[in-house]
Amino acid sequence: MRLIGAELRCVRGGREIFAGLDFELRAGEGLLVTGPNGAGKSSLLRLVAGLLRPASGRVALEGAGPDRATPELAHYLGHLDPLKPSLTVAENLGFWTAFLGGGTGGTAHALATAGLAELKALPAAYLSAGQRRRLSIARLLAVKRPLWLLDEPTSTLDVAGQASFAALMRAHLADGGLILAATHVPLGLDGARELCLGPPSTPLEGRGGG
Amino acid sequence: MAAILALLVRDLRVAVRLGGGALTGVLFFLIVVTLMPFAVGPDLALLRRIGPAILWLGALLASLLALDRLLAADYEDGSLDLILMGRAPLELVVLVKAVAHWLTTGLPLVLAAPLLGLLLNLDAATGGIVALTLLAGTPALTFLGLIGAALAVTLRRGGLLLAVLVLPLTVPVLIFGVAASNAAIVGPAPFGAPFSVLCALTLMSLVLGPFAAAAALRHGAE
Repeated sequence: MRLIGAELRCVRGGREIFAGLDFELRAGEGLLVTGPNGAGKSSLLRLVAGLLRPASGRVALEGAGPDRATPELAHYLGHLDPLKPSLTVAENLGFWTAFLGGGTGGTAHALATAGLAELKALPAAYLSAGQRRRLSIARLLAVKRPLWLLDEPTSTLDVAGQASFAALMRAHLADGGLILAATHVPLGLDGARELCLGPPSTPLEGRGGG
Repeated sequence: MAAILALLVRDLRVAVRLGGGALTGVLFFLIVVTLMPFAVGPDLALLRRIGPAILWLGALLASLLALDRLLAADYEDGSLDLILMGRAPLELVVLVKAVAHWLTTGLPLVLAAPLLGLLLNLDAATGGIVALTLLAGTPALTFLGLIGAALAVTLRRGGLLLAVLVLPLTVPVLIFGVAASNAAIVGPAPFGAPFSVLCALTLMSLVLGPFAAAAALRHGAE
């Protein structure tokens, strides 16, 4: 299985974000998308997830079988954690597991792995930002999908959480999965290639500078 | 199918939990209907004559009140992204969301109508008839509102735009809903004709609403 992006061009709000972008990702490989703010990292992930349409070019997951579209084989971990505050931790995860088509057996194990086993009866409204992110990560574990699209996955995690998420990502890659991650910080994926987008960053100008 | 069922259960749960807003619509309905006699005055004959119209207007405004959350809540917390990526057909997904929305906001209005009719000098039988027309008509309000909710999410503009988009579409529903109620109460026009048109409007919106809303959401991905 491999993910291919060919001649991708992305236009948003009449402004070209990137053009002529090629990349290839094979099973067991991680690709880190880096670049300054506004370079199109999140847009690239949303293109692959099918949430944006490319102005030209194509994205395809090859070797996945004829009747499965790329979005159905991908987990998208965006900036937002899709949780309902009035539902408990277990109900939130249970819903996404059922909706995304996973078996119900994996949710308890996924919660335990994400470090939320003790909080499963707590309404999600009371979770901290890091705990909300852990609950989103539990979704990746509860439903098996080969392609993980991660947008700044560790931004709210504590040090221990970052380390255990890095271990989860390595396990996913060892299992033949693919990871496309937009990030500013090292994710702990050794041997992952890097795709640098966009122009060099303009530094924030200080007062009286320039 | 399991995905669709899970979505229905989740939406119903969210709506009935604290802060879900399932009862807010009924309370708003109650307030609007209670205010009317204060505004119109204690003329019992007049209240009885315009009672069905007041109930219908109150139900229309109350159902509009909750429409804002129908898709916007899922958009704001990122759920809509995952729903769009899912295998379940988008038309079916928005249909189920609208059904859950009607069950938790439309159906309580229908059940409250005979009770509130007493405040407008409508007897139990008359209140029951108005409730029957609401039962036939409020699904149309929800499914027409679904189109507006999808457009509001796509255009990233909230509440007020939704009301302006949806209210003109609901005019035929209001006309035939009130006409059917009045026909049954004061006559002499037959009840069947406007009631059939009302049912037809609901069935049409049931088909059009999900397709239009899904198309709007897909278009929003561009």
